[in-house]
Amino acid sequence: MKGLKRNIDKIKPHFEKGGKFEKLHSVFDGFYTFLFTPNETSRSGVHIHDSNDSKRTMITVVIALLPCCLFGMWNIGLQHFMAIGDPDRDLFRLFFYGFFAVLPQILTAYIVGLGIEFIVAQMRGHEIQEGFLVSGILIPMICPVDTPCWMLAVAVAFAVIFAKEVFGGTGYNFLNVALVTRAFLFFSYPSKMSGDNVFVQLGAQPAVDSYSGATPLGQLASSDGATTLTNILGDPLSATDIFFGLYPGSWGETSTFCILIGAAILLLTGMGNWRIMLSALLGGFFMALIAHNWASPLYPVSYLTPFEQLGLGGFMFAIVFMATDPVTACRTNIGKYIYGALIGMIAIIIRVYNTGYPEGAMLSVLLMNCFAPLIDYCVVNSNIRRRQRRITIKNS
Amino acid sequence: MSKTIKIKKGLNIPLEGAVATDKVTAKKVGLFAIVPDDFPGYSWKAAVKAGDAVKAGSPLLFAKEDPDLCLTSPVSGEVKEINRGERRKIMFVSVASDGKDEQVDFGSVATPANLKAVLKKCGLFAMMRQRPFDIVPFTETAPRDIFVTAFDTAPLAMPIITGADMPLLEEGLKALSSLTEGKVYLSVAKGFGIKSKVAETVEFEGPHPAGNVGTQIAAIAPVNKGETVWTLDAATAVRIGKLVKNGKLDYSATVALTGAEIKDPHLVETVIGASLAELLNNELKSGEGKVRVISGNVLTGVMVNAQDGFLRFPYRQITAIPEGDDADEFMGWASMNPGKYSVKKTFPAFLRGLTKPFSFDARVKGGHRAMILSGEYDKVFPMDIYPEYLIKAIMAHDIERMEQLGIYEVAPEDFALPEFVDTSKLELQKIVREGLDYLRQETL
Repeated sequence: MKGLKRNIDKIKPHFEKGGKFEKLHSVFDGFYTFLFTPNETSRSGVHIHDSNDSKRTMITVVIALLPCCLFGMWNIGLQHFMAIGDPDRDLFRLFFYGFFAVLPQILTAYIVGLGIEFIVAQMRGHEIQEGFLVSGILIPMICPVDTPCWMLAVAVAFAVIFAKEVFGGTGYNFLNVALVTRAFLFFSYPSKMSGDNVFVQLGAQPAVDSYSGATPLGQLASSDGATTLTNILGDPLSATDIFFGLYPGSWGETSTFCILIGAAILLLTGMGNWRIMLSALLGGFFMALIAHNWASPLYPVSYLTPFEQLGLGGFMFAIVFMATDPVTACRTNIGKYIYGALIGMIAIIIRVYNTGYPEGAMLSVLLMNCFAPLIDYCVVNSNIRRRQRRITIKNS
Repeated sequence: MSKTIKIKKGLNIPLEGAVATDKVTAKKVGLFAIVPDDFPGYSWKAAVKAGDAVKAGSPLLFAKEDPDLCLTSPVSGEVKEINRGERRKIMFVSVASDGKDEQVDFGSVATPANLKAVLKKCGLFAMMRQRPFDIVPFTETAPRDIFVTAFDTAPLAMPIITGADMPLLEEGLKALSSLTEGKVYLSVAKGFGIKSKVAETVEFEGPHPAGNVGTQIAAIAPVNKGETVWTLDAATAVRIGKLVKNGKLDYSATVALTGAEIKDPHLVETVIGASLAELLNNELKSGEGKVRVISGNVLTGVMVNAQDGFLRFPYRQITAIPEGDDADEFMGWASMNPGKYSVKKTFPAFLRGLTKPFSFDARVKGGHRAMILSGEYDKVFPMDIYPEYLIKAIMAHDIERMEQLGIYEVAPEDFALPEFVDTSKLELQKIVREGLDYLRQETL
């Protein structure tokens, strides 16, 4: 490694101010710090620092996403071969089918998103911020497998520029970038984002006769009362199928099992907030219980039991990976409970009572992103009032 | 029975190089210096010229704002140098000891007014601090209360006093109680077993920053807008006790030499302001890498030069750690090295236990970012304050918001642990110091 370092140090001057490639300084610096941890020592304040930094934080979240990501790729393959009636279920065959199906989307998201980050960092003279490392993998995972890359590129560009960079970059955005991308796609290209034909990749091959590509929540939304949920071939979905995520959907978010592994990683490392996860889970469960208790044919999704509600669709994924985004969530502990609980409740309310939207988790998190600063404001103000009361008591 | 307060939030950083022996050596040191930067809040002017003869207790510097407020020579001898930096700012005034130990006799200090005048003149007044602003106290303001801390919980710190100091400490506390209409509080570590008859003794237990006087004030009686409290450590209170009893100053200090780069961490008897070249002679390991010498602890101490630096306020501890700037860590963000300490469990260090000693160097270990993770500071910040919001208010220069969020209660040292754990590597102590200075400049 010493040799590599020496060689890189040799070309470093070209990227400094006044060098041949000074316009690429931020890019160079980004890669340089990626390869070699900066050996800058502290100049003011504390002389020692905790080893955790922004890069480690982001990479930990990416690792927590991996189980969902790998399972999702396999599940794409599974749904595809089931749909075309191919009985070969070889693990690697399924996985690599899915892998190559989503690889272009993942690359698109990273190239467009990081490209914009690099340009903005250079314009502002900042270091490159790592926030998009997480967003870049999250975005394809919450989109249907057949989302065209150009749509993704447009949406990512919109989200990174207008939801993040205009506010100052990572740490200053008030909306979750991945969800803004998803919302942009959802409202701009609805035919490609929902319905029965986008969640299973058929390729050019014909589907078997019993095939229907509707997601479980999609099946309910178009039914008129209690229905038995089925997989794409019309066989009933068992509780185990739901828990492990063997049904079509946005490919990264179907498996509750893998999401729980991710949640465990986030909670163990302290990168995800347990207050938000717990209160969102309870809020969602509570609301689902109410909906189920007063189930009505007018709102067919209300026939789902609370456990099905939590296990299906993007709910768990949203509360584990989206709601816990530290930048857009509440920052005070009391605020986090309120924020989480409202996300859980609103997600189920939208899902059940707004039949136009089969899934409410995305909108619920975005809505609460907007209210998070208000919740924090109230919590912080109670601290301020406590301080003022101290003076009044003293003076009276 | 004295009151016991349990501090729950905080962190004891397990740093290598703790003092493990009872050994106390005495070092003969010939050069001493007083550094005006250690005494913020006043502009210091030189009271002597190079070559002047001084006694222990003779003024070296005086405050422009109040010429009766002095910083004095710790030894008798000859003024060696008045070192000036940019714009002729005085960096330090050094005195070469003549070994005669002649002292200024401050006489008796019978009345409170007389006591205050003597404290100002002998330099002990400047060793106190006031909140708000964390500066040398305004000489005209009477404090609401006075807080004395008798223990230090910072990494590798040693107890500030021993039981044998108790009679003199009582004298000092008695003298201090005449300077306030409120109370004098003495904070001790739980189980230390000393109890003052003059001051209200409060026992504290829990991790660092339980020994920080800011934490203690917040737990006992927080500072409100418009109030002033004075703070000092028990070593200074003992010096005041000696002054009251004998009419003379005692500037001796017991200093803990600590840290991974010290050969044999132990206590040294010396005098405040001692030259480090002499104090650290033959104490540092002779490794290959650079060494960072800190006067104080790793959280709040100042970086000093082992060759031409001096022991700085509060004159209790020296820490030497590897600088670490020669390390080229390949893809450090992916490291699984169990020797890398982190309170977050993103590094495998927690598997070997986070209480065993770790080796730290001075690297920042990451890029500077905007505040990203939330709740990090709160876990190590035991006051009823929202540190993230206060920091943001300071950065925004929003005075009203700073006041509302409790800036009058804090000092930079209270933000040392948040700064240590901060993933975004923000310079919190510097931000708070600048905020306090800005507030003072705008409101007074």
